[in-house]
Amino acid sequence: MSESGVPELVLPEVEEEQSSSGGRRMVLNMGPQHPSTHGVLRLLLELDGETIVSCRPDIGFLHTGIEKEFEVKNYQQAVTLTDRVDYLAPLSMNLGYCLAVEKLLQLEIPPQAQWMRVMLTELTRLNSHLVWLGTHALDIGAMTVFLYCFREREEILKIFEQFSGQRMMTSYFRIGGLALEPPRGWHERIKTFIDIFPSRIDEYENLLTTNRIWMGRTKGVGVISLEDMLDLAVTGPMLRAAGLKIDARKDAPYSSYEKFDFEIPTRTENDVYARYLVRLEEMRQSVRIVRQAMDGMPAGPWKADAPHVVLPDREKMKTQMEALIYHFKIVTEGFRVPEGEVYQVIESPRGELGYYVVSDGTTNPYRVHMRTPSFGNLQAVPRMVQGALIADVIAAIGSMDFVLGDTDR
Amino acid sequence: MLPDHLKEHAAAVAVDAFDADAVKAGKFAHGELTLEIAPAKIASVCGFLKYDQKFVRVSTVTAVDRYPAEPRFELVYHLHSIERNERLRLKCRLPGADAAIDSVTGVWRGANWYEREVFDLFGVRFLNHPDLRRILMPDDWEGHPLRKDYPIMGPRA
Repeated sequence: MSESGVPELVLPEVEEEQSSSGGRRMVLNMGPQHPSTHGVLRLLLELDGETIVSCRPDIGFLHTGIEKEFEVKNYQQAVTLTDRVDYLAPLSMNLGYCLAVEKLLQLEIPPQAQWMRVMLTELTRLNSHLVWLGTHALDIGAMTVFLYCFREREEILKIFEQFSGQRMMTSYFRIGGLALEPPRGWHERIKTFIDIFPSRIDEYENLLTTNRIWMGRTKGVGVISLEDMLDLAVTGPMLRAAGLKIDARKDAPYSSYEKFDFEIPTRTENDVYARYLVRLEEMRQSVRIVRQAMDGMPAGPWKADAPHVVLPDREKMKTQMEALIYHFKIVTEGFRVPEGEVYQVIESPRGELGYYVVSDGTTNPYRVHMRTPSFGNLQAVPRMVQGALIADVIAAIGSMDFVLGDTDR
Repeated sequence: MLPDHLKEHAAAVAVDAFDADAVKAGKFAHGELTLEIAPAKIASVCGFLKYDQKFVRVSTVTAVDRYPAEPRFELVYHLHSIERNERLRLKCRLPGADAAIDSVTGVWRGANWYEREVFDLFGVRFLNHPDLRRILMPDDWEGHPLRKDYPIMGPRA
């Protein structure tokens, strides 16, 4: 620390040592704009020939201070911030935040809203996994898969647009339920997609699963022991590909996930290939959940019966004095949330997403901390790529499926 | 001394049996157990919870700034036991002046980045941390943005 209390600038040490093979070690700066880093991640690789001696990730290029921003927004406004964190899984981000605040408010969410949330969050998982699969395959050199995946992703984005008017930054889940009434004709639209999608997963599998180049690039690559991963705060499909059956949707069900019938796929090989298989199977399971939600969608209201939190219907607001007063209060001031703190965990496509929300009894959150899966997962990169080749780094970090917005917040 | 209302929670009882001075207070709300730990005891309590009580994962480490109240900082640890399917929140209160606490990286290596984040954004120092540098903000940044006395529009506004 310097005298002003500000830590001194620490630059990575570049040591030019004699390596075992007689050559000099070299430091390679991968990123922050390397295409395979999917955003702005910088990896400092210390190399001995093509072998990685050590790796140091450098993050923070996408830090936007969202956690600070929460403190000056009221609770409902802050929903729109959550989309921007993990922009590939906006509805998962919405869901975690809404559940946390609803827990503090002790709000009861009507069944239709809960099921809608489950259905759309699973579509988000498909959306996220499709982007992952497409870009991961592209990194490794299989261009076609990318085009296939984005064809299906487009359909999902159109579904989101139909529901919320937005393709990516949906903000469709609000505290107390949904932002808008589900659109007319959603059932047919989703049914069309869900009927055709399993055959599309078969297409991806045809392209990759037994592809010799794909297997050669992914099998036995990026192995890291389960103990290391648990110690390094890794979560999600990475753990499941190492044989650990862990999934918040089963372990601590939220938003009525306990009413759905689905499996948690696991593998034991613990390499890039196993993570690929786990995610593909997760897509099939998500399709199952979406279908169950679609077929069994309960009737009834789509927002909670809580006039002090949920905006009244337009019609009521125009004709009833009481509704007008509530409308005015919610819009101008927001609603107060009882003092307390909660930690709500959900299973995002990338792993454990936790929202720690602290309320001091006012209309703005006192503190919101997002425990995002990408941040924890990235910590394991040095351990994972140590001793590997440069080309394997691309495959290994691709198999983590991180999003830098999710990491840096 | 363990408050009476915590005696039905196995984790609280175990920590109290391990070190009678460790638990200062605690509460159970919204189905979540919070234990307030004496800051000097955090590393030993975490070690006990990991190796004896099967809290194999640290989910996150973060902080809350209670400015201008004292003690100013609340360090918050969220632990997870996969075997027991249980979560536990630990809390340590630190004074505003020269806030420092023992690092738990010796218990879970995964706490490394989380503690760096707290150091970066709150300015709380972690003793015995292997690599205490800023992580999200630039290395030469002045101030700690998540402190309550840090202006929302940045220092220039």
